[in-house]
Amino acid sequence: MKRTISVLVENNFGAFDRVATMFSGKGFNIHSISIGETDISEVSRMTIVTQGDDQIIDQVVKQLNRLVDTIKVVDLTNQYHIKRELALITVSFQKGTMEEIKNICDIFRGKIVDINNRSMMIEVTGPPDKIDAAVNVLTPFGIKEMARSGTVALRRGEQIKAPKKETVLT
Amino acid sequence: MENSKPVLSGADIFFECLKEEKVDVIFGYPGGATLKIYEKLYDIDWLEHVLVRHEQGATHMAEGYAKATGKVGCVLVTSGPGATNTVTGIADAYMDSVPIIVFTGQVPSHLIGNDAFQEADIVGITRPITKHNFLVRDIKELASTIKKAFFIASTGRPGPVVVDLPKDVIMAETEYEYPKEVNVRGYKPTYQGHVNQIKKAADMISAAKRPLLYVGGGVIMSGGSEELALLARENNLPVTMTLQGLGAYPGTDKLSMGMLGMHGTYWANQAINNCDLLVSLGARFDDRVTGKTDTFATGAYKIHVDIDPTCIDKNVQVDLPIVGDVKHVIAKILAEIKTKPQIDEWWAQINAWREECPMTYENNDGKLRTEYVLERLSDKTNGNAVIVTDVGQHQMWTAQYYKYNHPRSNLTSGGLGTMGFSVPAAIGAAFAVKDRPIISINGDGGFQMNMQELITAKAYNLPVKFIIMNNSFLGMVRQWQELFHSEKYSFTDLGATNPNFVKVAEAFGVEAWTTNDPTEVDDFLDKALAKNDGPCLIEFKVVKEDMVFPMVPSGGSIADMMVKRLNPNRMM
Repeated sequence: MKRTISVLVENNFGAFDRVATMFSGKGFNIHSISIGETDISEVSRMTIVTQGDDQIIDQVVKQLNRLVDTIKVVDLTNQYHIKRELALITVSFQKGTMEEIKNICDIFRGKIVDINNRSMMIEVTGPPDKIDAAVNVLTPFGIKEMARSGTVALRRGEQIKAPKKETVLT
Repeated sequence: MENSKPVLSGADIFFECLKEEKVDVIFGYPGGATLKIYEKLYDIDWLEHVLVRHEQGATHMAEGYAKATGKVGCVLVTSGPGATNTVTGIADAYMDSVPIIVFTGQVPSHLIGNDAFQEADIVGITRPITKHNFLVRDIKELASTIKKAFFIASTGRPGPVVVDLPKDVIMAETEYEYPKEVNVRGYKPTYQGHVNQIKKAADMISAAKRPLLYVGGGVIMSGGSEELALLARENNLPVTMTLQGLGAYPGTDKLSMGMLGMHGTYWANQAINNCDLLVSLGARFDDRVTGKTDTFATGAYKIHVDIDPTCIDKNVQVDLPIVGDVKHVIAKILAEIKTKPQIDEWWAQINAWREECPMTYENNDGKLRTEYVLERLSDKTNGNAVIVTDVGQHQMWTAQYYKYNHPRSNLTSGGLGTMGFSVPAAIGAAFAVKDRPIISINGDGGFQMNMQELITAKAYNLPVKFIIMNNSFLGMVRQWQELFHSEKYSFTDLGATNPNFVKVAEAFGVEAWTTNDPTEVDDFLDKALAKNDGPCLIEFKVVKEDMVFPMVPSGGSIADMMVKRLNPNRMM
């Protein structure tokens, strides 16, 4: 099962590498990792999507906490949280398919951000499974290139009660 | 201007910081990137700089110093190869939780990343093998970084820290003030154990029928040996120790069961398998201890006290974790125990195991064996020496036959298993320990990995007693080849290519003796122990094909324990 872990780290030289090195050194899986500044300039937030049973995730969280540069580690999986990902997808089109692709783009509330006479670039944001769905639907038209941001996530302000399994409110 | 701070160079600040941290000895080797530091060092008389012959030696010396004292061991090396040569020692310190700080020179900031002469990304290289590391990029951060380095290395679960010092930072000048306090917000070790967990642990001990204390190096590091002794003696609890735990509890005491694990005593391993309560104190359920984890202490309720939360539930799932300083937690548990456990039957069982399969070796054939030398050494020093072993068969025999009576007396590379550890580590310990003999025990293989440091022992006239147990083989590898690899003794026979160790020692100015005669062991040991004006070396030419028993094969369970060689005809 995929798990989403949010990590606040000091915005220090090498902090990202410490986390990445720990994951590879311990043999933990990284599905996606994203990092960016927070409202506090010297603190960055990493969102790590990983996979493993409870024992492995327990170790992941402990090992992350053990790094001197990490300030806070939260396993968001069992908390109400918002997850978002951004994808840029360049899709080929021919005369007859352009409208169809535009419709799909609208259904996913995507935006066409670039176009030429052979392909267009679509920007889609949303929970990772929505991105997956968009990619699936667009694949038959011919995806030329794609870039995904990896998941960013934040805990919701109010925790009604801890859900039993992963609950993503979209 | 009042309260004006002095303006100092980076090199001066470096030494002012060491002075504040009460560093009295530093192990090092100069080079291009550290020239400015060595220029200042020339006029400093309050600090002993020990010139080593290889930077790996410096790191093991710092480890030996740190393990023997509990203080932080310091190393100073240059950039590039000077820094990369410290890597093995740093990894060793990381595995065995030894507080050392390695100060590495670095090329000037503007050249970093340019493949400059003697440049290596030592911060990148050592990231997975340090507790933390720093590249000082601004002289204004130098003093606070050094303060943080000492704080991080010595607190919580100790470990190595690297501080990389670019040449321009060392040359620059700034106002100096040593910070009074240090605050690292992402690093807050837990010292106090959870009160309710401690009460539960005390109740479990009271109620246990077959309790066992499983003691690791954490007890020694936390300074908790006295608390451990009180806990064990007041409750009559059997104590078994890991390799790093040896010395935490007196080896000659009746409650001591010796070492457990792969080469542990038969009775300690039987007790692990049959106990109903396993109390792990500062140990980490290493694979050399547990063997196959799903057959390890399966019937026991497991309590695990450790300062490092990552150790808990890492290898073996426990029932009652207590995160905290072991010394503190043991004292609290002891205070909470209301009634002593009734365990006479358990002791009868343990003693039966002890009689069933005692520690023995062949000693009637007139041949010299490592076990005999170690027994004699243990007797002669009453378990009071500081014993620094290398890695391999002699290391396991030392663990089995030397009865350590004091903490911080057993200096050995346990986690990483670094051959070449003993010679330099013993030298490092000799700078700290003056009132007890320091004995470096080596195999013929490992000795050759850092024997250049003999000259360091000679240069400082350190009364270290170097012992080589020469079986002309990489003995432990040979043992595995015989048992598990079709008796193919691939590249482990050193007999034809070993140097003449006595001549080697003499070339370094070290007095040396050799023998293969058991009747000479006492004489040589007496001579060595009496020598206080410099180092000496004894080569014991021991039986080639001896094996360490008992042995639980790697990944096996206690039921797979071998207590002696299956084919007695092969006994030599």
